[in-house]
Amino acid sequence: MVMSQILLEAKHVVKRFGGLVAVNDFSVDIPESSICSIIGPNGAGKTTFFNCVSGFYNIDEGDIFFNGASIKGRSPDKIAKRGILRTYQNIRLFGNMSTIENILVGMEPLLHSGWIASLFRTPSNRREEEEAQARANELLNFVGLTGLGDTLADNLPYGDQRRLEIARALAGNPDLLLLDEPTAGMNPRETAQTTEFIRQLRDQTGITILLIEHDMRVVMGISENITVLDYGKKIAEGKPEEIQNDPDVIEAYLGRGAAASSTIDL
Amino acid sequence: MSQRLKDIDYIGLVLWIFRAFIILLVVVGIFNKIVRGYGVDYTIDDWVDFIGSGLSQGSLYALIALGYTMVYGILFMINFAHGEFFMAGGMTATVLLATPLAAAGFMNDQPILYMVIVMILSMVTAMAISLITERIAYRPLRNAPRLVPLITAIGASFFWQYFFRGLFGGTIIPFPVPEIFEGRVDILGFDFLKTRLVVMAVAIVSLLFLYGLIMRTKTGKAIRAVAEDKDVAALMGINVDRTITLTFAIGALMAGIAAVLWGLVFRQVHFFMGFVPGIKAFTAAVLGGIGSIPGAAVGGLLLGVIEAVAPPLVLEGLNVPGAHQLKDVTAFTLLILVLLFRPQGIVGEVLSEEKA
Amino acid sequence: MSQSPIGRAVRYGLLAGLIAASVSAIGMVETFNERDIITGFLTLGQLLLYSTSIIAGYLAVRTKDNEQLNAGPALLNGFVAGLLTAVPVIILILLTVAFPTIRNSLVNVSPALINALTFGQGPYAGSLILAAVMAVLGLAGAAFHILPEKVEKPLFNGVMATLLVGLFSEVLINVFRPFPRQIVRIFFGTKGIQPLIAIIIFVAAVLITIWWEARGEQRFARRRASLTEEDKQRNRRITLIASAVLVLAAPWILGLYLTEVMDVVGIFIIMGLGLNIVVGFAGLLDLGYVAFFAIGAYMMGLLTSTGELGIAGMNFWMALPISVLAATTAGIILGIPVLRMRGDYLAIVTLAFGEIIRVLAASDLLKGAIGGAQGILKIGKPEILSFVFIQPQHFYYLILAGIALAWFVSSRLRDARLGRRWMALREDEDVAEAQGINLVSTKLLAFAIGASFSGLAGAIFASRLSSIFPHSFNLLISINVLCLVIVGGIGSLPGVVLGAFVLVGMPELLREFAEYRLLLYGALLILTMLVRPEGLWPSQITRRELHADAEEAAREGPQHEDIHPLVG
Repeated sequence: MVMSQILLEAKHVVKRFGGLVAVNDFSVDIPESSICSIIGPNGAGKTTFFNCVSGFYNIDEGDIFFNGASIKGRSPDKIAKRGILRTYQNIRLFGNMSTIENILVGMEPLLHSGWIASLFRTPSNRREEEEAQARANELLNFVGLTGLGDTLADNLPYGDQRRLEIARALAGNPDLLLLDEPTAGMNPRETAQTTEFIRQLRDQTGITILLIEHDMRVVMGISENITVLDYGKKIAEGKPEEIQNDPDVIEAYLGRGAAASSTIDL
Repeated sequence: MSQRLKDIDYIGLVLWIFRAFIILLVVVGIFNKIVRGYGVDYTIDDWVDFIGSGLSQGSLYALIALGYTMVYGILFMINFAHGEFFMAGGMTATVLLATPLAAAGFMNDQPILYMVIVMILSMVTAMAISLITERIAYRPLRNAPRLVPLITAIGASFFWQYFFRGLFGGTIIPFPVPEIFEGRVDILGFDFLKTRLVVMAVAIVSLLFLYGLIMRTKTGKAIRAVAEDKDVAALMGINVDRTITLTFAIGALMAGIAAVLWGLVFRQVHFFMGFVPGIKAFTAAVLGGIGSIPGAAVGGLLLGVIEAVAPPLVLEGLNVPGAHQLKDVTAFTLLILVLLFRPQGIVGEVLSEEKA
Repeated sequence: MSQSPIGRAVRYGLLAGLIAASVSAIGMVETFNERDIITGFLTLGQLLLYSTSIIAGYLAVRTKDNEQLNAGPALLNGFVAGLLTAVPVIILILLTVAFPTIRNSLVNVSPALINALTFGQGPYAGSLILAAVMAVLGLAGAAFHILPEKVEKPLFNGVMATLLVGLFSEVLINVFRPFPRQIVRIFFGTKGIQPLIAIIIFVAAVLITIWWEARGEQRFARRRASLTEEDKQRNRRITLIASAVLVLAAPWILGLYLTEVMDVVGIFIIMGLGLNIVVGFAGLLDLGYVAFFAIGAYMMGLLTSTGELGIAGMNFWMALPISVLAATTAGIILGIPVLRMRGDYLAIVTLAFGEIIRVLAASDLLKGAIGGAQGILKIGKPEILSFVFIQPQHFYYLILAGIALAWFVSSRLRDARLGRRWMALREDEDVAEAQGINLVSTKLLAFAIGASFSGLAGAIFASRLSSIFPHSFNLLISINVLCLVIVGGIGSLPGVVLGAFVLVGMPELLREFAEYRLLLYGALLILTMLVRPEGLWPSQITRRELHADAEEAAREGPQHEDIHPLVG
């Protein structure tokens, strides 16, 4: 069996807010081209961990390695340029910009053209813009938003907004995509579509995907590896089947006593 | 290696150098002044006078700062128009009450009563203006994107300035000072202006009263609760709208008191009197720790003293001609420095905002 | 809170009345009375005063579900609203009777004002008349509301057209100055339009509107739909050329005085375009914008002045880029400390910067270098070969070139990568950073480029005036520019131009507005934020026009139901 490279390595990460320890000695390894999930009850520290990885928070202890290099203390834009991009729990699009503009912004890590060049519309600038537009359109179609390019992001229906957020993240050609509750607020059909989309995305491009999810169908359906957080600590880790029957996990979600007689049902 | 170069926080570096430079300036200035005796030779009396007037001025800033800090604590917005609530109270009370009462002789017959009545009108007016502003300009926009309430507040500020200019005229209006407050008084061998003492006394009493209000009463608890978390407070049955209105009102009341005291010290009111004190009071609020009431008090007093002492102490030491002109610049510079290097102020509670 | 119609009428009436009384007390009515709209019939002051009752009557008619009342109750409500509007004003009038020395306190409550309010009939009779007049006007307002739209629209347009022409009659008189005076006299009085002409304009506007609604609009739409792409391109080109010709020929059409006004407006347009980048594109509220204006002006002054403070005696063209560069550098320097500040803090710190610059400019500290309160004199004028720019007309073209440059840079950058970076920054700074945008360079570029426009404006300003003094570089200018950007339309280039014309041009043209300038600015800012935060000419309009179909399609898509609460 081929041991794939570990793309993201979190080692004993600790993040505190005043007296509260949001992430408590958390370690996890995310292999390249895998789909992994982080689950746990609300407030377990999952989004906080994402914020640490994407650079919004400086971690207090421990370290995070991406492609072998430490990203501790790096600013978010540097981390984005290194290849980590994300979506958000509560959709955070650039509401007053059009769909295509959102995607174009997403491409920032790849663009080089300077502002003076764009003033004079130099050939290299024009070329880059044309290529960017073309690629943005491809992405638009890829996530299923064909024809909505000029719609204001705020005016999109909810499901499309989620897709746009993913398209925006993909635009930057990330090696690691962090998806924070990508199916929140979706009905079963949309959830299934999104799940399938995520799987195909990984299969076609080899991108590594790390999910935060509450919907167990999604989690159990596509994750190769699941890590469970509760009160900031890792309480379980493993394949879907293992997690489903893990008493600690069940207890965290359903409370003591439930562990004795339950599994987490799909 | 070039990765390392790119990762250096250049901005942080520049700011650090800037910070060091300022500290250097201050140290050099003080050194020159004290050790080498640059500039005017001040006596101990002079210095005590500076500090005394600084404290008195600072207590005024503290009173006004309360309005800023309370509103910011609840709504996370700078009420740019707060200086105008201050001005409205002062001008209205002076024109409609103080001047006639003085002309009729009442002022000197019953100076204490005079001051009380004038102050009450000032407080009521300031409160009325603040409530009108809150109701019409701020409340409808509570959920609007960040820039909108800010711009509205700026608009309100100008509106009131020129409204009161239209009402009472654009000239400087003298504030009648009762005879018994004229002159100086001797305390511990030092000479103080009576008006300055009155200001400090009234200000301290008001601050204590407010502190008691906020900490001990049900209303105060409601205000603190809404400041902590608006949604949870609503869930607990607190009427958020009314609490916010109350916060504005209380801040304005304090500003109204400050306005009359201001008139007492400077002997004048005019339509533009709220602008610079407003910025300075905000500086005081930030210096002490925005959102904190004791912070506003501390910040105010500190700002007053720094503003009074820095020109003679530091600027003259740096051979700056016309140092006294730069009193306001001192305050503004302090604002910038505090927001740059310690935005949480002295009390230091970080009103954090979620990033994601 | 009473939701009954009468309750509404009372509330709106009293509110309108308070406004009417306030507006009188601050002297606006009296000042505005000096301008005739229709000579001998209607002054601007009267319009201001009585419109409160009309609007009160109009608003009182709406019920809480926005249905309309029947005619009877509606008219009654209007009447009541109008009547109550008069009440605070009457109280004011009676106060002047009770306190004859009221003018010592409320300095603008003059006998002339009371006279105007009471129609010259003394306080008691006059008050009754006023009450009656306002009640009837309230009734009219209500009546207007219940009219069917087909009648409402032409009437409204007719009134508006007449009022606007009357208001700007002075401008028109200026434009028509080549015509013999007798002919002009037929149309215009000294300040307003003649009543006969007013009627003609009214009737014409009504008829045009009726025709448009009935036939014209359809015909126009049909014509438009039948246009080919080529035709549209051609039309656009023709409009462009026609506008260009008009703009270039303007000084000759408008005459000296109006060209001077245009110069001032133009300088503010350049500044507005710059602030538009900082506030409109990047979302950074800079309240100290005048600082860069001052630096550009002072640099130009120092470099070209032939007086004692001039340091180089350069010519204008050489000093211009240096002045712009100085302002740009200042923009970067002032931008660095505020890089990590947000919203309110950013605003107040930039305000503090602006104030510091103002105080320093007038201070003794820098007096030796830049003249203190005495300023800099004898600043150089632009020269091309032997032609010296002296007249307002000459500067008009210089300013026009500046506007063109600023517009070019703004629009190019807006549509390019930097523009997107700015807008992402404005929308959501944190997410923008997480998408790879370097906040430092993005923000500094906004400050720098914005400051450069301001510096350009300042340099031209200095040269035009030949001497500059520190007191002209104050907060009011920053506020002025901010207002015109916001009211015109945040982020919109045509909006800036429109804003400048309205907020800078109008006070220049109508002196009465100039007196209450900041009051009106303040009110306008608040109103804009409450009612139309995107401004008069929003930046989306251009985009929306071009992509109307796509929007339609999107909006027809299924709307998702409420997000179910997250499992927790």
